[in-house]
Amino acid sequence: MKDVTQVNKPAKRLNGEAGHHSLKIKKTTWLSMPYLLWMAGFIILPLILIVYYGITTEDGAATIKNLLLISDPINRRALLLALELSLISTIICLLLAYPLALILNKIKMKSNSFIVMIIILPMWMNFLLRTIAWQNILERTGVLNKLLSFLGIGPLNIINTPGAIILGMVYNFLPFMVLPIYNVLIKIDRDIINAARDLGANSMQTFIKIILPLSLPGIISGITMVFVPALTTFVISTILGGSKIVLIGNVIEQQFRLGNRNEGSGLSLVLMIFILISMAIVSKYDKESEGSSIW
Amino acid sequence: MKKWLIVSTLLLLLAASFAGCAKNNKEKVYVYNWGEYMDPEVRVMFEKETGIEVVYDEFEQNEEMFPKVEAGAVRYDVVCPSDYMIQKMIDEGLLAELNYDNIPNIKNIDPVYLKSAEEFDPGNKYSVPYCWGTLGILYNKTMVDEPIDSWGAIFDEKYSGDILMIDSVRDAFGIALTYLGYDLNSTSVTELEEAKALLKAQYPLVQAYVVDQVRDKMIGGEAALGVIYSGEAIYTKRENSDLEYVVPKEGSNVWIDAWVIPKNCRNKENAEAFINYMCDPEIALKNFEYITYSTPNKAAREMITDPDIKDSPVAFPDESVLNRCKTYRYLGAEIETLYNDKWNEAKME
Repeated sequence: MKDVTQVNKPAKRLNGEAGHHSLKIKKTTWLSMPYLLWMAGFIILPLILIVYYGITTEDGAATIKNLLLISDPINRRALLLALELSLISTIICLLLAYPLALILNKIKMKSNSFIVMIIILPMWMNFLLRTIAWQNILERTGVLNKLLSFLGIGPLNIINTPGAIILGMVYNFLPFMVLPIYNVLIKIDRDIINAARDLGANSMQTFIKIILPLSLPGIISGITMVFVPALTTFVISTILGGSKIVLIGNVIEQQFRLGNRNEGSGLSLVLMIFILISMAIVSKYDKESEGSSIW
Repeated sequence: MKKWLIVSTLLLLLAASFAGCAKNNKEKVYVYNWGEYMDPEVRVMFEKETGIEVVYDEFEQNEEMFPKVEAGAVRYDVVCPSDYMIQKMIDEGLLAELNYDNIPNIKNIDPVYLKSAEEFDPGNKYSVPYCWGTLGILYNKTMVDEPIDSWGAIFDEKYSGDILMIDSVRDAFGIALTYLGYDLNSTSVTELEEAKALLKAQYPLVQAYVVDQVRDKMIGGEAALGVIYSGEAIYTKRENSDLEYVVPKEGSNVWIDAWVIPKNCRNKENAEAFINYMCDPEIALKNFEYITYSTPNKAAREMITDPDIKDSPVAFPDESVLNRCKTYRYLGAEIETLYNDKWNEAKME
C-alpha cells in the first residue's frame, strides 16, 4: 500500500512540470515499461490478491467477517496503539527534521552535501541490523546502562517499552522526513525571501508567511513517508518491544505466519483504509501544492 | 496499444511463474528445520558425500511451520516438527510413509525413544526421532536468592521484569496448566480460562516473550529466569557458569522432534537419504556437540567422551524427572484455535 502512495507522487509531479513537453514524452513512454511491468507484478497483482482474500473465506465465499475482525478488542487495541505510536514518532521526526533542514539550507553548498551524506550514512547499513543494535544499546545490561552505571545513575528500563519502539521508529525513519523537506527548501527562490524582507517582513514573518507555506509539500511527503511505515511496522515492535507490545502490524504478521491469509488480508485492508483516511486529512492542508495529493 | 502491453506483461509473468514449477529438481533436498538445530558443517559433509545439494530453511515455532508445509509453496522434502504437530500432520494426511529400506541407520536409534514416539506416530510409520528434551526454567544463581524448583517462580512478583517467557502457545499453556495442577493437554474451557488468567497476570512481570533469543539474553545476564528447552541449557551453562537449569517439581513437558517427509515433497529418496545420514552415529554426535540437544541416537551417546555431558542430568535426565513430564497431544483444530485466542488475550496489557 505504502508503495502506491509514495511512488505515485514523483511520477505525477514529473508530468505536471513537463506538461508542455508532451511530444517528447510520448516518444519515450516505452521507457516506463520496466516500471509498468514491475507495478503490475508486484503492486497491482498483490493488491488484488489482498482485496480478494480479505473479502472471502478460506473456501472462497464472500464475507465481511475478516474486515470486522478489527472490532475484536485485541486487534482494536493494537490498531489504536500503532496509530498512537506512529503519530508520536511522526511528530518527533518533524520537530527534529524541520530545523535541521532549515539549517542545512542556510549553510554553504559544499559542507551541506557532506551533512546530507551523514544523514543518509546510517542507511548504508541494513535496517534490521540497526534495530538489533538498538536492542543491544537499550538492554538492561546494554551499552547505555553500562555507561549510566559508570556515571552512577541507576539502570534505565527502556527496552520493551513503547518508548523504545518510538525511539526505533524515529531513528529509522528520520532521514525520510529530513530529505523531502530539505529538497523543497533548497528550491525556494531566494528572491522571494529577499522580496519579503525588502517589503518589511521580519525573519519570523518571512518564515511563517513565505518559507513554511512553500515547504508544505516537503512536510507532507515527509509525514507520509514516516507515518505509513511506522504505522505498519512489526519488526521494530518485535525487536524493541520484546513481543510484549503488539501493534497492528504484529497482528497481521502473525495471521499470515499462522497461515490465516484471509484474516490477515482483511486486517490489511482495514489498515489501508486508515492510511487513506490519514492521507486525506494530511492532504487537506496541502491544497496549494500541486500533485502531492493522492486523490 | 498500452492495454495490450499491460495484458501481455501480466500473461508473461504468469507464464514465467509456471515455468519455474516445471523445472526438474534432481539432486536437491529441501530441509525445513528449527533455528540453530544442526551443525552447518553436517550439511556440507552430506553434500560432499552424496552429491545432493541441501536447501535449508529454518522456523521458530511448530505453528509457523505447519501452514507453509500445508500450502506446499516451497515443497520441503524433510521437516522436523515436534510430537503433537506430527500427530496433527498425520491426522490431516500431510505425511508420506517412510521406506525404512532407505534408512538402515534407524538401528542406531534407542528403541526407548521409538516406543515413546509411537504415542504420536503409532508403528513409527512417518517419523524418525532427531532430538528430545524437556521444558524447564533456566535461572541465574546470582540473581535469585532461593533455589528455584517450581513454576511458581515465573509467576512471582518478586521477579518482575526479570522473567523471559516462552513465546509458544502450547508451552505457555502447558506450564500454566501444569502449575495449576491440570493436565497439560487440557481441553476444558474453564481450565484454559484459568490458565489464561494466570498468564495474563504474568504479563506485567514478563520482560519479553522470546523463543530463540532467550539463550543470548540469559547468557548476557539480562534476566534472572527464562523458560527454555533443555537442549539450550548445556550450551548456556558453558557460556555463563552462573546459569542453572531445572525441571520444576510440578512437572513439565517432554518432547521429541522427529524427521518427517511431507506428501508434497519433491524427492522422497533424497529425503530418506538425508534422514538416514542424520541417524549416522558420527553425524548425530557431531550435531549433538554443536546444538547440545539430547540425542535419541544410542550409538552416538556411547561415543560421547566428556563424562559430564554423557551422564548430564540436563541432557539425559533420570526416570524420576521424566516420570513427572508429559508429552503434548494434538487436540483438534477447534481446541487449537481456542488455545491461540486465549494466548493472544493473555499477552495483552
